[in-house]
Amino acid sequence: MSKLHVTTTVNGDPAEFLCDPGATLLDALRGNLGLTGTKEGCGSGDCGACTVVLDGEMVCACLVLAAEAEGRSVRTIEGVAEGSELHPIQRQFLEHAGLQCGFCTPGFIVAAKALLERNPDPSETEVRYWLAGNLCRCTGYDKIVRAVMAAAAELRQDTAALKGVPA
Amino acid sequence: MNAPGRQDTFRSDFRVVGTSPVRPDGIDKVTGKALYGPDFVAPGMLAGAILRSPHPHARIRAIDTRAAEALAGVKAVVTGRDFPQASADEIAIGEAEGNAADLAHNCMAQGKVLYEGHAVAAVAATTREIAEAALRLIVVDYELLPHVTGLEEALLPGAPVLHEGLLTKGCKPAEAKPNAAARQALNRGDPAAALAGAAKVVSRRFVTAPVHQGYIEPHACVALWNTDGQAQIWASSQGHFMIRELTAAILQIPQANIRVTPLEIGGGFGGKTKVYLEPVAMLLSRKAGRPVRLTMSRGEVFRATGPAPGSIIDIRLGAQADGTLAGVEMEFWYNCGAFPGGDALYGVTMAVGHYRLADADITGWDVLSNMPSTAAYRAPGAPQTTFAVESCIDELAQQLGLDPLEMRLKNAVRQGDPGLFGLPHGNVGYIECLEAAKAHPHWTAPLKPGEGRGIAGGLWMNYGGPSTAQVSVADDGSVLVTEGSPDIGGSRASMAIMAAETLGLPYDKVRVTIADTSSIGYSMVTGGSRTTFATGRAVIAAAEGALAELVKRAALIWGVEADEVAWQDGMARCSTGDHAGETLTLAAIAAQAGVTGGPISAEASLNAQGWLPGFAVHICDTAVDTETGHVAITRYTAVQDVGRAIHRDYVEGQLQGGATQGIGWALNEAYLWNAAGLMDNAGFLDYRVPVASDLPMIDTVLVEVPNPHHPYGVKGVGEAPIVPPLAAVANSVSRATGVRMQQLPLAPDRVFAAVNAARG
Repeated sequence: MSKLHVTTTVNGDPAEFLCDPGATLLDALRGNLGLTGTKEGCGSGDCGACTVVLDGEMVCACLVLAAEAEGRSVRTIEGVAEGSELHPIQRQFLEHAGLQCGFCTPGFIVAAKALLERNPDPSETEVRYWLAGNLCRCTGYDKIVRAVMAAAAELRQDTAALKGVPA
Repeated sequence: MNAPGRQDTFRSDFRVVGTSPVRPDGIDKVTGKALYGPDFVAPGMLAGAILRSPHPHARIRAIDTRAAEALAGVKAVVTGRDFPQASADEIAIGEAEGNAADLAHNCMAQGKVLYEGHAVAAVAATTREIAEAALRLIVVDYELLPHVTGLEEALLPGAPVLHEGLLTKGCKPAEAKPNAAARQALNRGDPAAALAGAAKVVSRRFVTAPVHQGYIEPHACVALWNTDGQAQIWASSQGHFMIRELTAAILQIPQANIRVTPLEIGGGFGGKTKVYLEPVAMLLSRKAGRPVRLTMSRGEVFRATGPAPGSIIDIRLGAQADGTLAGVEMEFWYNCGAFPGGDALYGVTMAVGHYRLADADITGWDVLSNMPSTAAYRAPGAPQTTFAVESCIDELAQQLGLDPLEMRLKNAVRQGDPGLFGLPHGNVGYIECLEAAKAHPHWTAPLKPGEGRGIAGGLWMNYGGPSTAQVSVADDGSVLVTEGSPDIGGSRASMAIMAAETLGLPYDKVRVTIADTSSIGYSMVTGGSRTTFATGRAVIAAAEGALAELVKRAALIWGVEADEVAWQDGMARCSTGDHAGETLTLAAIAAQAGVTGGPISAEASLNAQGWLPGFAVHICDTAVDTETGHVAITRYTAVQDVGRAIHRDYVEGQLQGGATQGIGWALNEAYLWNAAGLMDNAGFLDYRVPVASDLPMIDTVLVEVPNPHHPYGVKGVGEAPIVPPLAAVANSVSRATGVRMQQLPLAPDRVFAAVNAARG
């Protein structure tokens, strides 16, 4: 079976790879491009560990064919920080202990960033429903939700709300 | 909070202990750089794949691998025949016991397949696609056998027998049953007489389903086994020394020939305390002469790795009119899956371990069936029997018109009472937890119409055991901690805190490495809630060793005796002679190490004793939609005696995570087997773990009744939080609906049916 040649953009940089027609975007990111920050927890779109943003839309990379990335823009966890400068969501995950094992964390951070780009001031309920497609088995979600709320407040430069997020 | 009246027994003037600094591995984990099990790549690595049984029970007549071996790109094929005959002597397997022969048979079927998903053959090839194509060319000739997946069915006369000739452990021959692997019993006092004299007795049957740990990272490893006998394994697990021990036992090679490098672990909860893939990858590598990666899919994780047992529990529990418990009789059955080695022992031990109950007769059975061999799951064996006991206490309190929290307070164990294994309880904190729950605003907050409030207690024994750590001082005065316990939820931070506290240094002057099995002495698995206690003690002991050396070097520099130098605030202080009152910083001493005797480093290997059980009390509010049977958790509070919280945030996180897994166990999660003995829900869509929108914030109260056998008072926290939730949720639903809930999970159809049956 001949391979497909895919030319795409990953985290703003040009990227290309050869893939089988049946390969997923997750396979291409992790295998061809060595971007292993995007995780495979289920391979069926149920856990959100492989959450990436494709042309502005949040998707599970395991449910997208690698070939569909042709000519499009993919953003992954590796592109969330600006160089060595952590994104506020990443920093708040650390400050609020929003991770234990950390395996689901890249998916949560990519999903949370997509949320805050659409809704800079989400309620707790809105955060919980937006993140309902991302499974975390360690934290019980409490500190993840707090981290996202704190990051939202920081991004809005809302110091009162930031103080209101319990540590 | 500090337990009232207990602070004075223990120091609390800490500088670093009890704070919540950012974890040292944090940036790698929020930027996607951390390497987990499936992320590691070795040069020249082959892709492996495993052929798994489509049948729950069958004899393997023959396996023809010739076509697979002939496929271009295939480098090795392995079946059960490639495994050496391993020993049937009992060995420790993570938190459980078993033997290498059974473990080998679980890694790859030998003679019979015992559950759907049981590994039958494996292939290593140049690509994953070729490996999978090769699997389809392997022909297995199965003789199908009758199967059994139900607990009760497995014990019926004439039930399909998994292991011919198996003896029931702990049993007189007359009581033995074909699929009963073990019988565990606790007998004290005269429960029959106590129950006969009780004011009220409830007699109930409780049923729970098998559930999976549900870690998000599937199992994965890379192995390289060279012809000189030396091997390397890169894997995520709860113990790389465990991987070394068990792989060596299965393959019958010296442990020193295997170097296991720990990769970051994406959750375990007890489920990564034994090997599944590593021995198979080793055999493939030896044949292929190249490194081989094996990874599981989510379906393979559900079908072929250890769930926690389902249970059937018959209980009679009595109480006097004032709420004093009066006798318990329990008999329960846990399914341990395809191989002996289950949780009945801990089910027996923990069932009423949190109460003064002189008259008890508790018998538990591990029962074999055609489901995957169970593995530890967070307080293994305790949640199920505690569900039964705590539900009955709630019902007795209702029948006697008593406050359920006060009834628990009346019966709670305290220091000096007989402990879990007969010795008196040490500095235990169940009373303090109940008092903290009583004082929490949640307990007295008004409920909305249709809501119910449940409370439940429970305990986990915790553990200590063997650990090794090294503390070395670099010549610039920064400090390195090297240890061997995988960091599953922030333990690098806890180790750095304890070393920094001991040495009087700031947290970020201490760096922690989790070394491979050839670079540090042995440590037992990260399990049993033992790591902060036991590995923590090794780290503290090694830090004290380094500190003693630093003092010696300072004395040498000043020309005084070592006992004339004190260590204060991270500095040596001279108390005598010309240099009296002078100080030397750690960095100043380290800078002169070369001329005062060489590198400054100390190692501690110990077998930590003196662990104490952790007690927990959970309060749960639910709102039940009687039209749909849906149960919503509206408020939840977890109270626990943690001894001492080293890193507060990560201790709270253990309570929140354990409570949430328990909520999933109570409300949603269950293995579903169809009539053919196949799992119907082997994916996260149909095996539903709690998601963010299912839950409120989980409030926590850290009660600190310190353990005098740890320098900073640690007891261990990871497991106790999953013990109370099953009953806390069920009691809440029972009080919301007026119907006792005795079977989990409380899925909407079950709740709807129960509520409507009660309405008539």
